[in-house]
Amino acid sequence: MQPHERVTAAIRAANDAGRTALVPFITAGYPEPGDFADTLRAVAAAGDVVEIGIPFSDPMADGMTIQRSSFEALKKGVSLKWIFDQLDAASGVGAPLVMMSYLNPLLAFGYEKLAKRAAATGVCAFIVPDLPFEESDDLRAALEAEGLGLVQLVTPATPPERLDKLCAASRGFVYAVTITGITGGGAGLPGDLAGYLDRVSGVAGLPVCAGFGIRRAADVANVGKHAAGAIVGSALVEVIENGDSAMDFLEGLRSA
Amino acid sequence: MKGLLPAAERERLLAATLAGSLPDGRGRFGPFGGRYVPETLVPAFERLEEGVRQHLHDASFQDEFRRELRDWVGRPTALTHAPRLSERWGADVWLKREDLAHTGAHKINNAIGQALLAKRLGAKRVIAETGAGQHGVASAAACARVGLPCSVYMGAVDIVRQAPNVDRMRRLGAEVVSVESGDKTLRAAIDEALRAWVTDPDGIYYILGSAVGAHPYPYLVRELQSVIGREARQQMLDQAGGLPDAAFACVGGGSNAIGLFHPLLADDIELVGVEAGGTGPGLGQNAATLATGTPGVLQGSYTVILQDDDGQVQETHSISAGLDYSGVGPEHALLQAIGRVRYISATDDDALAALEELCEYEGILTALETSHAFAAAREWARENSGKRLLIGNSGRGDKDMPTLTKFPAKVRSHAAA
Repeated sequence: MQPHERVTAAIRAANDAGRTALVPFITAGYPEPGDFADTLRAVAAAGDVVEIGIPFSDPMADGMTIQRSSFEALKKGVSLKWIFDQLDAASGVGAPLVMMSYLNPLLAFGYEKLAKRAAATGVCAFIVPDLPFEESDDLRAALEAEGLGLVQLVTPATPPERLDKLCAASRGFVYAVTITGITGGGAGLPGDLAGYLDRVSGVAGLPVCAGFGIRRAADVANVGKHAAGAIVGSALVEVIENGDSAMDFLEGLRSA
Repeated sequence: MKGLLPAAERERLLAATLAGSLPDGRGRFGPFGGRYVPETLVPAFERLEEGVRQHLHDASFQDEFRRELRDWVGRPTALTHAPRLSERWGADVWLKREDLAHTGAHKINNAIGQALLAKRLGAKRVIAETGAGQHGVASAAACARVGLPCSVYMGAVDIVRQAPNVDRMRRLGAEVVSVESGDKTLRAAIDEALRAWVTDPDGIYYILGSAVGAHPYPYLVRELQSVIGREARQQMLDQAGGLPDAAFACVGGGSNAIGLFHPLLADDIELVGVEAGGTGPGLGQNAATLATGTPGVLQGSYTVILQDDDGQVQETHSISAGLDYSGVGPEHALLQAIGRVRYISATDDDALAALEELCEYEGILTALETSHAFAAAREWARENSGKRLLIGNSGRGDKDMPTLTKFPAKVRSHAAA
């Protein structure tokens, strides 16, 4: 099995067990770099796939929570290289890992080296929020050479033809952005969410995971009726920031 | 950025630049440019690109744009000979007076052009970012002119150091949104404007103020600002009796510089872009992006940026808010890489000294941004005695009074003499 197929399989396994797949997101090294491995293990135990956020100086698609966590982690010296070193040391956390990074840190690391290093540390796929499909050939090729996937994002604003193209190009899963906005929005999920997620799921050959604005068990249940998985980012980062148990929060999300 | 492209590549890209075929269909100026934006904004950028294709060179748009430039902006702006500076510098010095344009800087050329475009594209409201506040003021004025509500994103640090412009924007009917995230200057303001745009890509038109960002902005802004260089070129022929030997412009994102330089690229003129050298050459002490940066992706474009080894974008320092930016327009990155334009820097102190000299000898209070171009031009004149030079006087310095009061003016007594 290729690494990116491990992501797909983990989501399908959750669905087969009658559950909505849960994809927790953490900002690597936040709030304390020293706690990264423990936090990672805890969320991996409660989640089906784990998304590791690489801090970046200009997180233009993110709201206040992830901005704050990124800036703080950078201040404490977290870098992509440091994260890979931590993953080496933590060897095997169970759930397949996906990295979420803006493009420039990946560019600075070097695509080929990145793909090799990621594959060796158990990272299966990448999500790059400022890399639209049209600019993605080079990174995709480098990742594919190591069996890694580039997850495509789709949004409620994505026109039908583009949706087909993005779903076909995606690997691991299709990331359905639930709202027209940035991460961490408090406005709740939009009313026409079901129709949108059904439309994406109808086109995608891969499982569809919904993200942005998912904060409560009711959100996960709501999304789960129309998508294979739910991605929980800002709400989880806030829990960890407050020193509360990530495990309890994630277990609670499954309880609706 | 260190190093040029290989010679054959340089020749090919210079020819393509002169032929007007850049950016290419993918928004690239050679290796630079492109469109690196969140998926939510992709349809909005495609609509903008289509709108630019449809309207920008359409006769009715151009008629309207030219009429507004003439009757409302006050173009053509003057070309002014600077006899006392010429004497001091041992050169023949000419100034392209964008400080005389409505609202006091070149920014208005782009703002009114994009506001007219926003209107044609059916936008419900406009957002803009600003550093020095000049683009914010220009956008506020242009939106009042065409009748669109305008919100300006401005870093909290800049709101303090450019207070007069904040008040002007509000009086011109704009909402000023204080940006408290990131470095709280221009870069954070652009990030925040992009975040706002993501929430309503259909209803919002984003008037980006410099020749930076994702395609088609660097192209659109260049086209709207090229009126500076076209006018200056003709005025030099008419008034100075010939083209200059060298032309200077300050470079933050690079909109006034690309506007001045682009129509001069085919001529035998040495072109010099002047960045902010801040307080020194160390990372974080300046905003000399092209002089010291490396290629990377920032705010939608592959260009030269100030970053560390991990690809994290670095904070900058400049006495002038308008130059205080870690990136630069992708076309400047190309013009540097093919060796057509030379990019150097001037320090905070050099800029202040140049500002004072221009005040004292020509009666012009120029912007702190613009002062960097004067500082570099003076150095050049020392080594190139008797040559003719053109300086893009991109804006006026009234907005800089809060900063300038920290450097007390000379107190003179003329009666005693």
